[in-house]
Amino acid sequence: MANVKHSEFYQVYVWQIPVRVYHWVNAACVLVLAVTGYLIGKPLAIHSSAEASKQYWFGTIRFIHFATAYIFLFNYLFRIYWGFVGNRYSRFSKYLPVTRANWHEMLRVLRIDILQIRKGPLPSIGHNALAAFSYFILFLAFLFEVFTGFGLYAAMSKHWFAQMFAWIVPLMGGDFAVRQWHHAMMWVFVIFSLIHIYLVFYHDYVEGRGVTSSMVGGWKFIEKDEADILD
Amino acid sequence: MSEKPQTLWEKMQQQGYSRRDFLRFCGYITAAAGIHASGLSTVVRALETKPRPPVVWFHFQECTCCSESFIRSSHPIVADVILDRISLDYSETLQAAAGHQAEEALHQAMEKYHGQYIMTVEGSVPTKDGGIYCTIGGRTALDVVKEAANGAKAIIAWGSCASNGCVQSAKPNPTGATPIHKVISGKPIINVPGCPPIAEVMAGVIVHILAFDRLPHLDGLGRPKAFYSKRVHDSCYRRPFYDAGLFVETFDDENAKKGYCLYKMGCRGPVTYNSCGIIKWNNGVSYPIQSGHGCIGCSEANFWDNGPFYQHLASFPGFGIETTADTIGAIVGVGTVAGIAAHAISTNIRKRKLIKEEIEHSVKDAKLPR
Repeated sequence: MANVKHSEFYQVYVWQIPVRVYHWVNAACVLVLAVTGYLIGKPLAIHSSAEASKQYWFGTIRFIHFATAYIFLFNYLFRIYWGFVGNRYSRFSKYLPVTRANWHEMLRVLRIDILQIRKGPLPSIGHNALAAFSYFILFLAFLFEVFTGFGLYAAMSKHWFAQMFAWIVPLMGGDFAVRQWHHAMMWVFVIFSLIHIYLVFYHDYVEGRGVTSSMVGGWKFIEKDEADILD
Repeated sequence: MSEKPQTLWEKMQQQGYSRRDFLRFCGYITAAAGIHASGLSTVVRALETKPRPPVVWFHFQECTCCSESFIRSSHPIVADVILDRISLDYSETLQAAAGHQAEEALHQAMEKYHGQYIMTVEGSVPTKDGGIYCTIGGRTALDVVKEAANGAKAIIAWGSCASNGCVQSAKPNPTGATPIHKVISGKPIINVPGCPPIAEVMAGVIVHILAFDRLPHLDGLGRPKAFYSKRVHDSCYRRPFYDAGLFVETFDDENAKKGYCLYKMGCRGPVTYNSCGIIKWNNGVSYPIQSGHGCIGCSEANFWDNGPFYQHLASFPGFGIETTADTIGAIVGVGTVAGIAAHAISTNIRKRKLIKEEIEHSVKDAKLPR
């Protein structure tokens, strides 16, 4: 932090509009899916004097969950597509720590995050290697939720799209097991969100690159004398 | 064992049933088997003309509740004719023969009808320690089942034991109890799960094979689609309460009296594929949910391990009794928040001086008025 020069910054356009839209649609979907999903697993004890035929709140909750799941899935597929056609920061080159440079960066970020020690500039303008890897894991978790969720949904929908996922149920040993894992995985998103949001604030604080607002406006601020050694 | 196999119609005439009784039975069983009304004439013709298929009926690791269910079928002719008078060439429970006689009858049937007989199995097959946990006539169940399967035209796995292992295969499965489809390959196998299966479902499967000379349509788990394609939940008369969000909270509350949905009491209806809500039990009198108790999912694999029965989500393996995913998730969540708080505090303590300088510099660098 001591090396940060405050006077000289480049403004770098990092997150394109599609990436930002994906991010916030996804965040909203995950929030809605987690809340409605939790309610489906543990419905509130709502008592009303109205006739049962006048009530449909649980049906509505389930409808919202299913409809949001479709939005979530297509948004996700769009992001995969954008990873191939978008700018350099939206690509998936760092998602797997397969190169030496990626490993080194991951270790450095871990040092910053956990030991709070920093030597020299952070090597990435877009995702750092550790963040990218965590998103890779998250993408796998998304896929798991899509497959188990639509697998369960296949029992209720004769639509060919849902039926494409029907095979997952016998593979996992029945609806009960699928439901159990689909539900348990929800907590991975809760934990991820807590850490993700905190680390965004933390990095913004210690780097001063405006990472929080970058997901709104798309711009990050990179130190001029470090920019030439960054990718 | 009859020398010349008779048709069902011939047998019924001998029993003193009228043509009307016969047709009524055909109509009943056609409907029960989930066959369209246009298929009725096929069923009638088949039962009139086709000799009843020879059946050998095995009992391994089981409680005989499948047989008990079958002979209590709501239609008397099912028990009287299909089972009692069927050319049931071997059945440990129901045959008169015993010991060597019984074994001889089995071997005669298997030789005489090689490639034609239907093999029905009740119970799972133990595979641990050489299969010694279930032996018949001095031979292991595994041995018997393999020999009999060799000449069978088709295999029907009655009940959860034979189709998914049921209670014997519950953890830790000390005998290595294994369902039939995992020990036999290369033969058509129909799984008819349930503990026990519904009698009409069992009769329906047999009649389907008899009438159409082929297996009923099966789903991905080898179950007849006619009976297992819908969840108990889908045909439940309490389903409207589920959609309305009206649930029984405890078994003795007002909601239980009103007959609300048993979802929160751990009802397995939403994850169980069976016909209980439609065919029901004991002559269509009732079924568990109608009697105020949630479904325990007895026709689903691993239903013993998915407990406790009165909880919506199962206990998580390795985390002690009654720890659901939510409890674990909440604990990890609180731990994460605590970690984040500690991290934030330590960041500010360790870098306090540095941050102070930084902030001062930043203002100075920008040459902003103080």
